[in-house]
Amino acid sequence: MLAWTIYISFLGAGLLLCLSSAHKSAARVIALLSAVGGFIIALAGAWASDGRLQEVIRISWVPSLGLRYYLAADGISLTLVLLTGLAAVTGILFSWNIQHRVREFFAFYLALIGGVYGVFLSFDLFLLFVFYEIAIVPKYFLIAIWGSTRKEYGAMKLALYSFIGSAMVLIGLVAAYVVAGANTFDLLELAKYPFPLGFQLWVFPLVFIGFAILAGLWPFHTWAPTGHVAAPTAASMLLAGVVMKLGAYGALRVAMTLFPLGLLAWQKPLALLATTGIVYGATVALVQKDFKFVIGYSSVSHMGFVLLGLMTLTNIGLSGAVLQMFSHGIIAGLLFAVVGRMVYDRTHTRELAVLEGMDLGRALPFAAVTFTIAGAASMGMPGFSGFVAELQVLIGAWKAFPYYALLGGLGVILGVVYTLRAIRKAFFGEHPAPPEPGHEPPPPITLPERLGSLILLAATVLIGLYPRLLLDLIIPSLNAPWMQHLVNGGRP
Amino acid sequence: MNYGELLKLLAPESILALTLLLVLGADATFLSGRAPGLRRAVAASLTVAGCMGAIYWIFFFPIHGHLFSGVLVVDPLTQVTKQVLLLLTAATALLTLETAFTPHVGEYFGLQLLATLGFLFMVSSEDILTIFVALELASLSLYMLASFAKGNLASAEAGLKYFLYGGLASAFLLFGFSLLYGLTGETLLAKIAAKITTTPRDPLLVVAISMVLTGLGFKIAAVPFQLWAPDVYEGAPTPSAALIASGSKLASFFLLEKMMTIGLSSAVGSGAFHALAAGWVPMLAMLAGLSLIVGNLTALAQTSVKRLLAYSAIAHAGYALLGVIANSSQGFVALLFYVMTYGFTVLGAFGVVAVVERQTGSDRLEAFAGLSRRSPVLAGVLFVCLLSLAGIPPLAGFFGKFYLFAAILRAGAPSLGILWLVILAIALSAVSLFYYLQVLKQAFVREAPLELPFSVKPSTQLVLILLALCVILFGCAPDLLVSKLLLALKAAAPGLVF
Repeated sequence: MLAWTIYISFLGAGLLLCLSSAHKSAARVIALLSAVGGFIIALAGAWASDGRLQEVIRISWVPSLGLRYYLAADGISLTLVLLTGLAAVTGILFSWNIQHRVREFFAFYLALIGGVYGVFLSFDLFLLFVFYEIAIVPKYFLIAIWGSTRKEYGAMKLALYSFIGSAMVLIGLVAAYVVAGANTFDLLELAKYPFPLGFQLWVFPLVFIGFAILAGLWPFHTWAPTGHVAAPTAASMLLAGVVMKLGAYGALRVAMTLFPLGLLAWQKPLALLATTGIVYGATVALVQKDFKFVIGYSSVSHMGFVLLGLMTLTNIGLSGAVLQMFSHGIIAGLLFAVVGRMVYDRTHTRELAVLEGMDLGRALPFAAVTFTIAGAASMGMPGFSGFVAELQVLIGAWKAFPYYALLGGLGVILGVVYTLRAIRKAFFGEHPAPPEPGHEPPPPITLPERLGSLILLAATVLIGLYPRLLLDLIIPSLNAPWMQHLVNGGRP
Repeated sequence: MNYGELLKLLAPESILALTLLLVLGADATFLSGRAPGLRRAVAASLTVAGCMGAIYWIFFFPIHGHLFSGVLVVDPLTQVTKQVLLLLTAATALLTLETAFTPHVGEYFGLQLLATLGFLFMVSSEDILTIFVALELASLSLYMLASFAKGNLASAEAGLKYFLYGGLASAFLLFGFSLLYGLTGETLLAKIAAKITTTPRDPLLVVAISMVLTGLGFKIAAVPFQLWAPDVYEGAPTPSAALIASGSKLASFFLLEKMMTIGLSSAVGSGAFHALAAGWVPMLAMLAGLSLIVGNLTALAQTSVKRLLAYSAIAHAGYALLGVIANSSQGFVALLFYVMTYGFTVLGAFGVVAVVERQTGSDRLEAFAGLSRRSPVLAGVLFVCLLSLAGIPPLAGFFGKFYLFAAILRAGAPSLGILWLVILAIALSAVSLFYYLQVLKQAFVREAPLELPFSVKPSTQLVLILLALCVILFGCAPDLLVSKLLLALKAAAPGLVF
């Protein structure tokens, strides 16, 4: 059943390509229906799951090479599949007004979504890699065609970073496949094979960093701010909301699962990089002049928490990391929606200094309220999902490496500062300029925008108040035998 | 051996030769003086019919055997390869309908058939004498095809360059063959291998291997024998370039693989990082590495799409060489899969270039601007073909590359000595995405100054769509081809343990 999340997205994309380009509303409806369909399937899957691994489909694909079409899901996959569904639906709601090449936009969008679902559900590493690369191409075109601000540069940079990352992953995977010599890419079977230490020492960082490039690991994060800023709203929601999670998920599922000895050797250096990312992203976000860059750098900072959580190798740190993937996906999506769709499309500027004079708090009250609540969630206020997640990560980090936990705490404080600064400058400027004569007030917030915001806000509050909804999925999957070394500080 | 048996074994070749006569005859007699469009249509239909006839013959009358104790070999593997070669030629003939550069219609299609005949013999030969004759038959036809646009200086230059370099390469090859003959006193590949008992340190053998590699390296456009490729691809009429890039590549690689793994099986050597040993493997590894680097990096700077495809072809020769270097049956199958699907892909790309060139008069990058609006079908085909060349799944190019990497590493397992070459290849494939995206950026992102729709012949559309579908199909279900090739290889050489 869960496999249909993938098929429905690709079918939707194919259907859109067959449509005549004149039918704009039909294209929107098809896209929305496919995304909602995917989300409902994901919800049903999560509802029925107890967090343990369940097989979806497993058939032979290329027998002579031992490749399988093997889809399965555990709690971690399901959490991210749910996130993908949420991001897909709300992204379409926030791009309802797109007028330029509508059909192609939604076709690329759904192809990207399909690839992402595929990555989260693949348990054959070759298949996982295939879906991972499928997701690269639509990103390029979404940004290059419908983006703004140096869009071709941002798109190419993102495509090359992703492709270089996946090249590193491919080297590692092919080498592991040959060394294990079992003629299989099955994740669970490869996880049993004890790769020699010397091999793991170079393959682990290769694969981990190859994936983590997409998760915005400092210092390989530079695609993220430019890519986010150049992307159209729905694409930046997907980039921050889902694509960055692809990287973190790959790092966890592939690199950390297969190469425990390499992980142990590289744990401290990588934790240092993650912490640097937290503090660096927050500091840089503090001085940005462009509203969207603030959110772009805040994503780097928040993804740092995910990577730090992964490196703690404790139960609480890892479950916090997965929760943070979900939480950041929702909150960053919402922030990008407000900035890109509600503010930029109406005012045609993202300069904080200019926005300060516009008195948007009065002109667009819905946007101001939404952004304030999302901002509060983003800075980790109790009651929102970000709080639960970052707290868990910091507790885990405190056990593993206290100094990094302190620095992470500093990152949280900086997060409060840059978020408040952005809220104040963008919506509650102290010296609003008198409106110019003949100046039209910005058009009101539309229904799809309200709907999208409410869905995302509801999700973050729900998980913030009752995190067990997801933790009950995540924790049983962390207790699976093949993930034991990850929650025992690296020891098998 | 009687002539009846000979004719049966060489039926596909005979059908092709008859078609050639038919095309020439029809064009010279009752079609002479008619409209060139009609003549092209008739010649193309005859060519396609001939190729299809030969394919059907191979399919329905599978017959295998060795002629003259192995001078000509007809086994399942050569037959599969021949079918693909014939398909490539048929597609090229249909794409030729898009162009109108020559009044000598019969001769042009005739030469395409003649070159294909050469390819078929190249695939079947296992004797250095017939290899050389088949190679020259194909080469001489291709030289003429390259220079066929007589009014066009670039085409004349392309033909001349191709001929001069090619002649030199043939001389090298012949010299290498004569040394091999001198060393062993044999012309059959298998017997040559049996006679080479000395280690490859015999200087004469090293010279012979180098000369052979020079000659064959020219055919596959591997660095440093690649200098002709960009000018020929750019200057030659597009269908000629397409045939040089697809069919000629496939036949040459098949020949190279046989030459190396059968004829020189006792002088293999090793290309592993810390354990280099003299033989043809380290030589080919150098050629592969250089081709990957030079091809991919030079392609970055191109503004003509045909030149870009030429440099990408050089890079792809580097990838395909990994399959030869693997020196294993998996490597052989991976090589064939890669070169066959590459043939389909590059034909699709050249088909699109031919249309764009005819309608805009240029093959510069800017000429592709707005293609997605002007002809969604062409843009779609270009999208599929170029992304497959870049190695994006689920397209054939990705699986082909992966299979090559897996095969070459497995051949050396458990040691990962040849990993350096794989890392180089994967790293440079990341570079290659940049230049393929440059073309796709023009087609999908940029807008044309004049968005007039392109008029494309239905036959061209059909061929291009079929080629793109093949690329997708063999990417999603590679086993269709892989299992067929594996079975054929097993049947062709049951005791194969190289």
